[in-house]
Amino acid sequence: MTTWLRRGALAFILLLFAFPFYWAIVASLTPEASLFQAPSLVPRTLVLDHYRALFTERDFGTPIRNSLIVAGATTALCITLGTLAAYALARLRFRGRSAVLGALLAVTMFPQISIVSPLYILLRALHLLDTYPGLVLPYLTFAMPLTVWLLTTYFRQLPGELEDAARVDGASRWQTFTRVLLPLAMPGIATTAILTFIYCWNEFLFALSFTLGPERWTVPVAIALFRGQYQVPWGQILAAAVVATAPVAALVLAFQRRIVQGLTSGAVKG
Amino acid sequence: MNRRDGDTCSSTPDDSLAREERRLGWTLVAPALGVVLLVAIAPLAWTVWESFHHHDLRMPWLGRSFVGLANYRELLGTPRFWASLAHTAFFAVASVSLELILGLVLALAMQRASRGRALIRATVLVPWALPTVVAALLWRFLFQSDAGVVNAVLIAAGVLDQPVVWLAGTVTAWVPVILADVWKTTPFVALLLLAGLQGIDPTLHESAAIDGAGRWRVLTRITLPLLRPAILVALVFRTLDAIRVFDLIYVLTGGGPGTATEPVALYTFSALMQNLRFGYGAALSVTIFAVAFLLAVIYVRLLGADDGRGGSTT
Repeated sequence: MTTWLRRGALAFILLLFAFPFYWAIVASLTPEASLFQAPSLVPRTLVLDHYRALFTERDFGTPIRNSLIVAGATTALCITLGTLAAYALARLRFRGRSAVLGALLAVTMFPQISIVSPLYILLRALHLLDTYPGLVLPYLTFAMPLTVWLLTTYFRQLPGELEDAARVDGASRWQTFTRVLLPLAMPGIATTAILTFIYCWNEFLFALSFTLGPERWTVPVAIALFRGQYQVPWGQILAAAVVATAPVAALVLAFQRRIVQGLTSGAVKG
Repeated sequence: MNRRDGDTCSSTPDDSLAREERRLGWTLVAPALGVVLLVAIAPLAWTVWESFHHHDLRMPWLGRSFVGLANYRELLGTPRFWASLAHTAFFAVASVSLELILGLVLALAMQRASRGRALIRATVLVPWALPTVVAALLWRFLFQSDAGVVNAVLIAAGVLDQPVVWLAGTVTAWVPVILADVWKTTPFVALLLLAGLQGIDPTLHESAAIDGAGRWRVLTRITLPLLRPAILVALVFRTLDAIRVFDLIYVLTGGGPGTATEPVALYTFSALMQNLRFGYGAALSVTIFAVAFLLAVIYVRLLGADDGRGGSTT
C-alpha cells in the first residue's frame, strides 16, 4: 500500500521534471500556425520546419561552432594545466598546499559579475574582444579552479601503494606520475573534462559581455537574443533550445554514474 | 640530487628529498595558479581599486579621477540598489529553501527506489546539465499569457477564469523565475543529499526500528542530524549560486516588469555594460562580492564546526 503510494509519488515528481522537455520538443515540431492555438497534450501534426529554418535562415551553425571551439579549447587548457597542479596538490607534500587549495575554492565562489568590467577593459586593451581567445581567457576564471579541485579529489582517491612500489623500484617522482598515476587517473580526468565542457557550453554572462555580434555569439547568447520580425519566434527558439541541450544531455546520459560521482565527491569532500 | 655547498652534515637525504618534493610541487602548481591569479584575482583587485574612482566610458575625456567613497555613497542612496538587494535575498531564500525540502524528499525516495534508479538519475540530471538560458526559455514558454500551458491547465481546472499575464505582474513574475530555478537545481541538491544518505550506516536505522522508533522519529532523530554536513554543503553551493543569479532572470523576465525582479547582478550588469559607468558598477561589484564572501566565511565556519562529526567524508 505505502510502497505503491511512494512509487506513485516518485513517478509523479519525475513526470513533473520531464514535462517541460516534452512540451518544448513537441512545440519545436509544431507548425507555427498551430503554436498559438489552445495547446494539446498529444500533437496532431509534426513538422521539421523550425529546425530547417534554424540552420538556413538563422545560421545556427555559427554559434554551435563558436561554442564547440571555445568550450573545447578551455577544457583542453584546463585539463592539461589542472592535471599537473592536481597531482602536486594531492600527492606531494609541500608548504602552502592547503592555502593554494583554499584560494582555488574561494575563486569558484566569486560572483562572475564582479570581474566583468576589468576583464572587459583588459580584453579591449589586448584587442581580444569578440575573438575566441577573448572568451577562453575569461572562461579560465571558473573552469580552472573547478578542474583543479575535481582532479585533486580524484588523485587523492588513488591507492598510495602503487606509487610507493614504483619509487622503491627506482622511478623518479615524474616517472611515477606519468607512468603509474596518470593512467589510473584517466577515468577521473575524463569525467572532469566532461563537467568542465558542460560548464563552458552553458556559460552566458561572459559570452554576452565579451562578444559584439552574431559572428562570435555562443549558443546560449544566440538563443537568448533570438528575435523575430513581428512576434517571438517560439518554434525556432524551442528548436534551438533542443539543439543546445542535445549534446549535454547525451554526455550526461552516457556518463551519468561517473558525473554524479564527480559532482558529489568534489562537493562533499571539500 | 647533488648538493655541493659544504653544509652536508645538516642536510640528510630526507631533507633533500623534501626539498625536491617542494620544488616539484610548486613547479607543477605554478601554471594553473598563475592563470587563476592573472584572470581572476588580479581583476578582482582592479575592481576594488576602480570602485574608488570616477570612470565613465561614455565620457572618456573625464579620465579616471579618484573620488574616494563617492560611488559607495551614491549606491547607498539609490533605491534601485536596495530593491535589487531585496530581490536577490528573496530569490535566494525562496528558491534555496524549496530546493532543500524538495531535494530531501527526492533523495529519500531515490534511496528507497529499488528499481529504475538509473532512469530517475537520468531524468533529474538533464535539467541540471542544460544551459540556464534554455531553462529560462522553457519556463517562459510554459508561462506565456496567450497560449501558455500553465494558463490553459489552470483555466481547465477552474482555478482561473481568464489567462494571467504572469510576466507583467510584479509578484506573479516571480512564480516562473522561482519554479525554473527549483526545477533546474533541485536535482543537484537531491544528488548531494543522496550521497550523504548512502554514507549513513544502515544498521543505525535498523536498530532504531528494533527499539520501536517510528519512521518520523528515525528521520528527525537519526537521518537528519547525520545528514547535516551534506545539507550544509548543499546550502553553501546553492546560496552562493542564488545570490549571483543572472542568466535565469535576464532571459526569463529581463528584471521586469520595470525592475520588479531585478537582482544585484543584473543591476550591476546594466550599470556596467549598458550605461558604461565603470566606477559605479565596480562599487556594485565589490558589494555583491562582499556579500558572497561574508556568506562563504559564515558557512565555512559552520562546516568547520561540523568537522569530524559527519558521516559523508571518507
